[in-house]
Amino acid sequence: MKTKYAAGSILKYGSLILGVMVALLPILVVFFASFKTGTEYTTTGPLTPPSDWTNFDNFKRAFVEGNMLNGFKNTIIILVISIIGTTLIGSMVAFVLNRFKFRGSKLILGAFLLATLIPGVTTQVATFQIVNSLGLFNTMWAAIVLYLGTDIIAIYIFLQFMNSISVSLDESAMLDGASYFTIYTKIILPLLKPAIVTVIIVRGIFVYNDFYTPFLYMPKTELHVISTALFKFQGPYGSEWEVICAGIMLAIIPTFIGFISLQKHIYNGLTSGSVK
Amino acid sequence: MFSKFSYRTQRIIIIVAFLIVPLTLLATFSFLPVANMFWYSFTDWNGYSEKEFVGLENYITIFTDPEYFRVFGVSLYYFFATFLQMGIALYFATILSFKVRYKNFFKGVIFFPYLLNGVAIGFMFLFFFRPDGALDTVMQMIGLGDFTMHWLGNPDIINISLAGTSIWRYMGFNFIIFLGAISSISGEIYEAAEIDGANRWQQFLYIIMPSIRIIISLNLVLAISGALSAFEIPYIMTGGANGSATFVIQTVDTAFKYGKIGLASAMAVILLFIVIIVTVLQKRFFSEED
Repeated sequence: MKTKYAAGSILKYGSLILGVMVALLPILVVFFASFKTGTEYTTTGPLTPPSDWTNFDNFKRAFVEGNMLNGFKNTIIILVISIIGTTLIGSMVAFVLNRFKFRGSKLILGAFLLATLIPGVTTQVATFQIVNSLGLFNTMWAAIVLYLGTDIIAIYIFLQFMNSISVSLDESAMLDGASYFTIYTKIILPLLKPAIVTVIIVRGIFVYNDFYTPFLYMPKTELHVISTALFKFQGPYGSEWEVICAGIMLAIIPTFIGFISLQKHIYNGLTSGSVK
Repeated sequence: MFSKFSYRTQRIIIIVAFLIVPLTLLATFSFLPVANMFWYSFTDWNGYSEKEFVGLENYITIFTDPEYFRVFGVSLYYFFATFLQMGIALYFATILSFKVRYKNFFKGVIFFPYLLNGVAIGFMFLFFFRPDGALDTVMQMIGLGDFTMHWLGNPDIINISLAGTSIWRYMGFNFIIFLGAISSISGEIYEAAEIDGANRWQQFLYIIMPSIRIIISLNLVLAISGALSAFEIPYIMTGGANGSATFVIQTVDTAFKYGKIGLASAMAVILLFIVIIVTVLQKRFFSEED
C-alpha cells in the first residue's frame, strides 16, 4: 500500500514538473537569448544562460528601433477607450433588458444572442468594406468600434449579474423620487463593480493580444499596437534573433506583471466569463 | 434633470437612449457584414469592379478546385490536437483539484501561456523550432538527437509542429475552466466515496466525469469551430507556407492578397454555416439532456 502511494506521488509530481518544464522552456530560452550579444548568441547553445545579465542593448534596440514605445502607447489608448465603452454599452443594455419588459425586448436579446454565433475572423472580408466606407481604415477608431460593436460577452456578464441586484433597490429609490437615470448611475453601476472587473479582465486580455484587427485595419506604422509592432520584427531582424527575443520579452512583461498582481481576479473572470 | 418627467416618459427615453448606440453598432459590425458577405459570395467582385452576379460559381470553385478544398485537411490536425489538449487539461485539472504541494505555483505556470500575446508566442516557437534551437538541443540531451528534423521546413511535420504550438497556447484555458468546474463539486461527496472504498480513478470516473460532462462537451464543440478558424499561430509563424495554410488563412489571402472578395466571401459563408450547424446541434443536444 505504501509503495503504491509513493509511486502515485512520483507520477503526480513527475507529470506536474514535466508540465511546468514544457510551459516554461520556450519562454526561458527566449529570456536567455534576449540578454546575449550577437556573437554570444551564435556561439552558445540556446540553453546556456547569458554571460552578462545586465546587457540591455537588445531591449533598447527593440524598444527604440522596433517602434515598441509607440506600440505600447497605441495599445493603451485603444485598451482604455474600448474598456470604458464596453462597460458603458454592456451595462446600459443589461439595465434596459433586465429592468424593462417592452415589445421587442425579447427580440433584441435574441439579436445579441445570435451575434455570438458569428465567428469574428470569418466576416472580416465584408467588415473590411464597411470600415473602409466609413472612412475608418487606418485610424484607431477602426479597432475601437470593432471591439465595441462585436463584444457580446460583456453584455452577458452584466445581464447575469443584473439578476442578483434586487429590484426592490430600484423601487425604494423611486419612492425617494430618483429618476431611472439616477438609478442606473447611482445604484446599478456601483453594484456592478465585480462584473466590471470581470469585463475589464476578459476584454483586457483579448484587446492586448489581438492581432488580426490591428493587422488588417491599421497597417500604418504610427498606428501599430504591440502585436503588429512585434510582427514587423520578422523582416528586418530576421537574422538577429537576440533582438527579436528582447521584443518578445517586452511584449510578455506587462502580461506577467498583470497576472502576478491580479491572479485571483483572472481565474474568476475567465471561469465566469466563459459559462454562457 | 429626468425627474421632472413621469416614469412612463422616462422609461421610453431611457430605453431608446440606452439601446440606440449598442444596436447601431451591433447592426453595423455584426449583421451587416454577414448580409453583405452572402451577397458578395454570389458575385465576382474584386473590391473595385462592378459586382457581377455569377450564381453558385464561387461555391463550385471551392468544392472542386483542390487548391481550395485541400485546406480542410489542415483543419484536421488542429481538430485532433484539441482532443489531446483537452485530455492534458483534464489530467492536470484533476490532479490539482486534490491535495498537492505548491498547488498555486503549478496552477499558475500551467495556465500562464494562455495569457500571452499571439505574436509573441508565434515568434517564441519559431525560435524554439529552429535548427539547433531549444527543441533540438533538449532532444540531443535526452538521447533523441537522431530524431531531430526541420520542424517547420518539412511539409509532413509542419502542421504537427503548428498544432503543437496551438496546444501549448490554449491548454491553460481548458485547464482553468475544468479546474473551476471540478472544484465546485462538494468535498463531502469524495469523503463519502472514500468511506465506501472508492479509489482515485473511480472517484474520477464516477464523481468528476459526470459533473463536468457538460463543460467537456461544450468545449469539444468550441474545438470544432476553433479548429476550422485556426489562424493566428500558422499565419504568424509560416504565413501559410509549406502546406500549412488553414481555411481562414486561405480566406484572408484570397480576399486581401488576391482581391477575390467574391470567392473569399463564399469561403467565409461556408465556414459560418459549419459553425452555426455545429452550435445548433450542440444546443439541441443539451436541451434534450436537461
